[in-house]
Amino acid sequence: MTALPSIAQPRGASLGLARETRSARRVVGFVVVLLAVLVVWELAKWLGGDPWRIHGTVLGLRIDYEHLPPTHWRIADDLSLPHVWDVARAFVDPAQRNGPPLGLVLAGQALFTFREAVIGFVFGGLLGLGLAVWFVHSRLAERALVPYVVASQTVPILAISPIIVSATKAGWLSVAIVTAYLTFFPVTIGALRGLRAADQRAFELFRSYAASNRQILWLLRLPSSLPYLFAALRIAAAASVIGAIIGEIPAGIPDGLASAIINYNQYYVTAPERLWATIILCSVVGLVFVGLVKVAEGRLLRGRYRTLDLA
Amino acid sequence: MTDVGAAHPGASTPAPDVGRAVVHTTGVEKTFGTGPTAVKALEGIDLEIGQGEFVSLIGPSGCGKSTLLRLIGDLTTPSAGQILVNGKPASRARLDRDYGMVFQAPVLMDWRTIARNIELPLEIMGFPRDERARRSGELLKLVELEGFGGKHPWQLSGGMQQRVAIARALAFDPKLLLMDEPFGALDEMTRERMNLELMKIWGQTATTVVFVTHSIPEAVFLSTRVVVMSPRPGRIARIVEIDLPHQRTVETRELERYFELVTQVREALRRHEPDTTTMDELEAARIRAEGLG
Repeated sequence: MTALPSIAQPRGASLGLARETRSARRVVGFVVVLLAVLVVWELAKWLGGDPWRIHGTVLGLRIDYEHLPPTHWRIADDLSLPHVWDVARAFVDPAQRNGPPLGLVLAGQALFTFREAVIGFVFGGLLGLGLAVWFVHSRLAERALVPYVVASQTVPILAISPIIVSATKAGWLSVAIVTAYLTFFPVTIGALRGLRAADQRAFELFRSYAASNRQILWLLRLPSSLPYLFAALRIAAAASVIGAIIGEIPAGIPDGLASAIINYNQYYVTAPERLWATIILCSVVGLVFVGLVKVAEGRLLRGRYRTLDLA
Repeated sequence: MTDVGAAHPGASTPAPDVGRAVVHTTGVEKTFGTGPTAVKALEGIDLEIGQGEFVSLIGPSGCGKSTLLRLIGDLTTPSAGQILVNGKPASRARLDRDYGMVFQAPVLMDWRTIARNIELPLEIMGFPRDERARRSGELLKLVELEGFGGKHPWQLSGGMQQRVAIARALAFDPKLLLMDEPFGALDEMTRERMNLELMKIWGQTATTVVFVTHSIPEAVFLSTRVVVMSPRPGRIARIVEIDLPHQRTVETRELERYFELVTQVREALRRHEPDTTTMDELEAARIRAEGLG
């Protein structure tokens, strides 16, 4: 036999460079969009917000500037849309007289909510995956239960969370259950799809080896489901933060972001920038969580799967 | 049609056990679907394949050659008739892991390295780790892919991937190899090279091979016998004995006898040329029944 030319190219070297450029591009993209949002925000205030003036000393220079917007839009007034710098300052200003800055208080609350979200995410993820594995092995269970799984998500979570809280006597457990209620669904749907994603011929191949159902699950179904599973887990991570916040409300938990939201909602008329600061922190918690799932996905899947879209 | 498999007196292979049939089918019939849409894919299939034989199934699409192969492998069950593999019902033979299967697509697991893809059947069958590693090392050598054991499937060309699939099918040393158009997706040059390689492997392993193909030259070049099939419903039209020298080499394709045999097979196929509309119907019925393309 003639020597075979090596057609295969190791992808590592060329891809490694591309990966760094790509992640750099992603960061640049994120910052550009953020800046664009801030510019549009302030532009709206410039054109239709409340009149404002800056006066003070910057680098020994006295500044006194007053701006009168040409029109007035309700959506751009200081109550609906506080100035970007006011929101930024809200993080630094003390939350209460002589107390620590609001940013620090919110960070503590965010950490608390994040922990609950993680617990609920793990519960929901395991439940979701467990259901998917069950459905894949039992058509009967799938046919009987999938409609209820779907129906569970049409019930407003706000309506059932008080029931869960009173049934479990409040506390972190009830929050975890509410969170799991929101997170199991995307995981079930994604995993179900993934567990069936392998090529029909791969199943025949396993049949030709007289493989057991368990071997098919561990050696074929689960590995081929991973890309689908992680896509679902990213959605679940984002949903779990919402679930944790909603779960905290009826449980009356004072240490999480829910209490901050309720609190600053009540004082919105006097300090709208505080609610905005809280909103920003909520989304930061969600972004961090989704980011962590993405990092885990990259660690676990990169180099093992051909098409891995880590966008 | 029930002739005993031709002997395979290749210099490098042990003397075949002529009397023993590896595959034996009697009156096999396969119908897809039920009621008015039912289509008969195979009818009256009596075939005996002896140990060490290389038998090709050839015919137009819709003649049921792949179905026959899948029946032998117990990937689908016959509507009537009996299939014995190594003297056992096909289902028993499958559970005993009597055969290795190679499809048209390599069907490799992306998340596994090449070596671990080859080891897959061994892992399922519970071979110890060091035994598996030793075996995959040997097979990588056999299919000339040494040094690729640590790569992932997508890093290899189509031809290389198909060689991995063949190595995987041989991993547990099955006495029967079922190949469903294994080189159908490859270009002509790669295909010819793969044919030579397959001949070499066959010579070294003394495996019995049942090989489905569309290609007349490929069937003649590889086989000890070519089973020509016709559609409407799928039947065995003729069996052509291939009396070429057993050492098949590049020169085999230039032999006078090789061209004669190619012509014989071609004429046998032409005599049973199908009418395309019923072929499409059959194909559609099969897809409906099996959910397979």
